[in-house]
Amino acid sequence: MTLPPALRRLMDLGKQADRVVPPSGHTAWLTTFTAGAMTFLCIFALALSLASGRLASRWSDALARTATIRLAAPPDQMQVQTDAILSLLSTTPGVESARALTDEEARHLLEPWFGPDLPVEALPIPRLIEVVEADPGYDGEGLRQRLAAEAPGAVLDDHTRWRRPLAEAAGRLRLLGGLSILLIGATMAAMITLAANASLAANAQVIRVLRLVGARDSYIARAFVRRFTLRALTGAAIGALAGLIGVALLPDADAAGGFLTGLGFTGAGWLLPFLLPPLAAVVAFAATRRAAFQKLRELP
Amino acid sequence: MIAFENAAYNYGGGELLSEVSLRLAPGSFHFLTGPSGAGKTTLLKLAYAELLPTAGHVTLFDREVRGLSRDDIAHTRRRIGVVHQDVQFLDHLPLAANVQLPLTVAGKGGDLRDLKDLLSWVGLGHLADALPPTLSGGERQRAALARAVIMDPDVILADEPTGNVDWEMSLRLLTLLVELNRMGKTIVVATHDLNLIRQAKAQVPARVLRISRRRIQLAGADL
Repeated sequence: MTLPPALRRLMDLGKQADRVVPPSGHTAWLTTFTAGAMTFLCIFALALSLASGRLASRWSDALARTATIRLAAPPDQMQVQTDAILSLLSTTPGVESARALTDEEARHLLEPWFGPDLPVEALPIPRLIEVVEADPGYDGEGLRQRLAAEAPGAVLDDHTRWRRPLAEAAGRLRLLGGLSILLIGATMAAMITLAANASLAANAQVIRVLRLVGARDSYIARAFVRRFTLRALTGAAIGALAGLIGVALLPDADAAGGFLTGLGFTGAGWLLPFLLPPLAAVVAFAATRRAAFQKLRELP
Repeated sequence: MIAFENAAYNYGGGELLSEVSLRLAPGSFHFLTGPSGAGKTTLLKLAYAELLPTAGHVTLFDREVRGLSRDDIAHTRRRIGVVHQDVQFLDHLPLAANVQLPLTVAGKGGDLRDLKDLLSWVGLGHLADALPPTLSGGERQRAALARAVIMDPDVILADEPTGNVDWEMSLRLLTLLVELNRMGKTIVVATHDLNLIRQAKAQVPARVLRISRRRIQLAGADL
């Protein structure tokens, strides 16, 4: 693999410049730790964001493809109107299939609220007809009008009122995930800037000597930038590894599709965490470079 | 080479130097003398652009210092070797690396044999691997001189180079400066050691400048 020329120059020239700065100091650990911790958090924010988006999309997709017709009619009219509706649906473009839920299925639906011994037959419960939408789907408004003509007690519920908040929630969760990642990146940049400033201040004598012998600001800055970039890269690599192990150890998604059990990466999503260490290095590079030139302008 | 024209320097509301006019010709040897706090160090700092004049003009190698960018100043300093009384090194690097530092920051490799010759010339050949904190005052001054000349500068500015060393070492340093002057370097030495000045005048045609009451003047024949 060949490095971009700018990065290669930073590495080659920086290696030489790096020697002029004393090697140790608390800022070294602070930078590595910050980059590691922030990358670790970033991986979970990323996993959370992706999982939220996936789950909401799944819900939204499932609801989007089905609709329910609720029929309320006198008992002697119930079966006639049900048949009329099923007949109507069979000739409606955009409807893939339709069927009336059995009493057993209705009892099963109501069981969580009324218990298993509910006498469905004796209660005035509306008949439910499940409609599966084709692709492209049906014209909702047209279907409502035809239903009103054929079966006045029928109401079409296409789940729009459920689907809209879910779609909005999905968008907001993704946005929050992205915002969290941006905040983590900004926090890392701020911490690294502070560490770089502390390091520059602690090495004021080194800077004085370098200037006396004719070092340009870019040479001095390079020594610090290279060091902080490599520290951030190392810390972020450790943080990413720890984060990936943490995510991998979470329970697999089960049939229930619970939110927590779905937390993690799927498919190409597993590649995203590997982008974080280079990204952390870029953040550290930019933050240190800016801090270094600013500080060098301030120093006499 | 280096010229001052009615240059002044104010600090904290007070005037440290005033109406300084001076021209350092190539190959000249100047002593700068005067009481402590007279402004010797300030004058030298103006001469290598660590300070900028608050009035008048300072010209380094035919360029007005106020017009120099930060990079220009860095490049100019590669043509001026500076030795301070409280010389500073990079304490984590061995002596040889410290002496070679001007070459390193200029991106020049330098010949290792030349470096050894230079260290031997200042009598520090056996201390190439020593760390600066382990050196004595005289050794540090000689190391600073070696660092100042490794880029083959046109001018060498020495600020009280013998301030922390005994008489014998002072004479040794003076001998090195005289040798450099004979090689064509322009030398300016700020000192209040009159005996050192007399010793030097016996060896080279040195001019003595005195700073008095913020102004610079040529010293009398007694020096």
